[in-house]
This record gives sequence, structure tokens and C-alpha cells, in this order.
Amino acid sequence: MALKDITLGQFFPGSSPIHRLDPRAKLIALIVYIVALFLAVGWQTYLIAFLVLAAVVAVSTVKPRALLKGMKPVLFLLVFTAILNMFYTPGRELFHFWIFTMTYEGVARAFFMVIRILMLITATFLLTYTTSPLALTDGLEHLLSPLKKIRFPVHELAMIMSIALRFIPTLIEETDKIMSAQRARGADFDTGNLVQKAKALIPLLVPLFISAFRRADELATAMECRCYHGGEGRTRMKQLRYRPADALFILAALAVCVAVGVLAHFGW
Amino acid sequence: MKDAIIKTQQLVFRYTTEEGVAPTVLDGIDLTIEPGSFVAILGHNGSGKSTLAKHFNAILLPSGGKVWVSGLDTADEARLLDIRRQVGMVFQNPDNQIVASVVEEDVAFGPENLGVPPQEIRRRVDAALTTVGMEGYATRAPHLLSGGQKQRVAIAGVIAMEPACIVLDEATAMLDPVGRREVLSTVKKLNREKGITVVLITHHMDEAAQAGRLVVMHDGRIVRDGPPARVFQDVEGLRALGLEVPETVGLMYELRQAGLDVPLDALDVDGCAAELFSLLTQGEKSEA
Repeated sequence: MALKDITLGQFFPGSSPIHRLDPRAKLIALIVYIVALFLAVGWQTYLIAFLVLAAVVAVSTVKPRALLKGMKPVLFLLVFTAILNMFYTPGRELFHFWIFTMTYEGVARAFFMVIRILMLITATFLLTYTTSPLALTDGLEHLLSPLKKIRFPVHELAMIMSIALRFIPTLIEETDKIMSAQRARGADFDTGNLVQKAKALIPLLVPLFISAFRRADELATAMECRCYHGGEGRTRMKQLRYRPADALFILAALAVCVAVGVLAHFGW
Repeated sequence: MKDAIIKTQQLVFRYTTEEGVAPTVLDGIDLTIEPGSFVAILGHNGSGKSTLAKHFNAILLPSGGKVWVSGLDTADEARLLDIRRQVGMVFQNPDNQIVASVVEEDVAFGPENLGVPPQEIRRRVDAALTTVGMEGYATRAPHLLSGGQKQRVAIAGVIAMEPACIVLDEATAMLDPVGRREVLSTVKKLNREKGITVVLITHHMDEAAQAGRLVVMHDGRIVRDGPPARVFQDVEGLRALGLEVPETVGLMYELRQAGLDVPLDALDVDGCAAELFSLLTQGEKSEA
């Protein structure tokens, strides 16, 4: 098990115009773009969505290979979606096998569905690749802040996210250490069937959980010592500020969405 | 009372357990810590020294007696933030007290909680990182730093709140010798140059010897209190409490036992060497 390879909300530092955008602008633009993706029907509208995405990827200087690498875990989902769509869409028969019938419409729909999911994931990855986790959390906290009125714990949620992000590397390091310690005493994590492997994880998880609770307790005390008392009256060192480029980015996303919507309405 | 930064009066603390049996951890502590002083609190595990430290900024509240921080009663919940901004704490495990995933964001955490304006936070963060010598690491991820560097970041996080006093609760216990030296020299510099009161909780004799005042705790009581040179002279008394004296004092003690006339107040290696040198040269003179 190569724990160091975990790519969780991976961020590639950079200084491209996309990196420099306000995280809130990127979040809003992403949502608008996803709406556009779901409005698209024909190949023309998909082409527009694709070109826009390709342009943003090009500007962001994120390597397409890094984006492709991120697709691996969703491969199964893609194949599954494609097969379901191919066989369950009614229409002209392409070929027939036992109780399954593949249709021309099904193949077309599966194709577009896969393209849609691929673009959706690419756009989302683009956000996490170009935005530091901290900026992302900050952006979310700001965007969700109206929900504070209905007593939704926005600040607490953002705090939980940023502490979780802070402790991921620490806990991975600790897991490695415990694994080595258990291996030294003859534990076997690598061989055996699924059930045996799962059982082998118990002596790993128990100490990990105990230590996580101890950490949580100590961190809470340390935070109290540093005058943490919730989000009320708290200021931030780094203020988020909208710049003209951010407004432009959101407007562009909206324009794409409207264009796709209108074209889709006329059956393109 | 106004003059003392921390003052405890007949402080008693008991843990409340479900069986109702309440072991007494602190048993009538009277302690006054003067502003600008450098006090070490020494004792082995279970002596109550960490529990005492947690009373200095109202993390724990006394079961009996009183604690004042700059004249504020720690039991006064309305002044809790005022108390905690006065007395900053640095704990043993550096990993469990760093909140943010970027060094400067972590240092900013305290001032942010206090509602300090953004530009002022920026200024304080930069100043604090420079003071602990970590200004080159402002945008690094804390988990990639060494133990000593992490503790220095934690100290920066405390001084960014501009406290009058810093309490280090076994802050060097998990560090290697290099890390310990880094932290200790940082703390001494803060005490010397900024006049910040330092309370150093430790079980390392060598660290305790560097303080201006040494308080020894045993079974929840203060058993010795005075300048380290004087406290360590009572070698037998300390050994009876299960505490060792610094190696230099130990050496002098053995020499005295062997009948040589040496003083017991040499706390560092240089002082010890000087004493031994004068002893040896004296011997030569009398022979000649």
C-alpha cells in the first residue's frame, strides 16, 4: 500500500490567471458551467462547452495528463453509465442479443453522457488543482455565509474542513509508522483474500483511532489557549477580494451558460 | 497583587471521578510570579506541574483557592479572553497544536480569534516569525518542518497574541537535543529582549538550571523555591524526592564527598570547568 500516493483534493501551486482568481469566483463559475453542461443537448452545444473548458485548461497551465490521471477512479462509473444508456434507451435496433437490445439512440446518448461526465469531472478537478484547500474553504465559508441566518453552522463546517486538511498528512505519517511497527512484529497487510486483508487492518485502525481522539483533545485545548471561541468576532489575515477579472470570469461563465441554453432551446 | 503576573493562593485541585473518589492533584499552592521573570517548574511525572500550568490561563479552574492573572480572577468567565491573551501556552506535542496547513496562517490564528484588524495581523505575524527565526518558512506546510521548527512556529503563534507571559508545558520533551536548544534559546531571547515572563515546565535539570528561579514540585506541593544555584545545592534533599541534580553539580558533590573543597553552585559546564581548573592550579601551587 503506497499511502503517499493518495491524491485528495490535490493542489498544483502556480501563478496562472486561473490560479489567481478569487476562489468564490471559481466556485460560482463551476456551478454555472455544470448547469450549462446539463442544458446541452446536441453536438454543437457540447462543442461549445468543450472549447470553453479546453481554453480554461490551456490558460491554467495544468497538464492534461494530470487531469487524465484523475479520471482513473471514475472509469468504472463511466463504463457502467455507458452500458446502461446503450441498452436501456428505446429506439431503432442496432443489434439484439438474448434479452438485451442495443439501439442507435442509446449509443448516441451513451456517448454524450460519457462526454458530459468527463467534462464535469475535468472542470471540478480544475478547481481543486488551481485553488489551495485553504482558499477553497475560505471561499465556501463566504459563499455559504447567508445560511448563517437560518443557523446553519457555516463557520464550524469550514473550520472542520480546514482542520481535516491539516491533519491528513499527519495521520498518513502516523499510519505508516503503525504499519511498520505491526510489520516488525509479524503483521501481514499484503497477502490473503479480501476478508483476511480487512481483518489485518484492525490492529492498524484501533491505535490510529485512539491516537486521533487524543490529538483532537489536545488540539481543542491548544485552540482554546489561543482564544478560539467560534466564528463570532473573528477576523481574517487574508481578506478575500473580488477583482475585475473575477467578475469577468463569472460573466463569461454565465454567457456560455445562456448561449448553450438558448441553442439547446432551438434544438441544436 | 497588581504587580504579579500570576498569583495563586491556597490553590487546590481535585479531579472529579465517577466513583466520587477525588485524588488531590494540587494541594495548597501559593505561588507568585513576577513580571519579566524566568521561572522553571520542576518535578517528575505526577507531581502536578502540568496541572498547575493549566490553571495559569483558566483551562482548568481551581477546586479551592484562587488564581489571578494580572489581577484578573481566572474563575471570572466574562474575562476569559483577556486572561488567555495575557498568558500563552505551548504544549508538548508540536503536531497537536498547529491548526492551519500553512505556517503563517497558523501564526495568524490567535490574533484572528481576538478580532485584530487584517493589516495589524499581517504585521504581528511577520514580526513573530522573525522573532523566532522562522521568517523564511512563512508559506511552508507545518508537517514538513522539524520538531524544533514546529515548536518555534507554535511559540510564534503565541507571541502574535502579544501576551505578557508564555507558559511552556514540557514543550521540549519530544524534541531532539538540537530542537531543545533551538526552543530554549528562543524562549530566553524573548525573556531577555521583550521582557516576556516565561514559565518553563520541565523535568530536564539542565533546562531548569538556566532559569532565574526554580520551583520544585512534589505530590501537588511546592517543596523548593529559589535561585537554581541554591536549590541544587541540596543534593541529598532532591535525591530523596526522586530528582537528580545537573551533572555538573553532581560531579562537584562527589568531589566534596571525597573531601575536596569545591562550591556546589556550578550550573553550567564552563563554570564547572573553571572551578576544577582553579582547584587543580591551587593544588599545584601548594605543592610547589
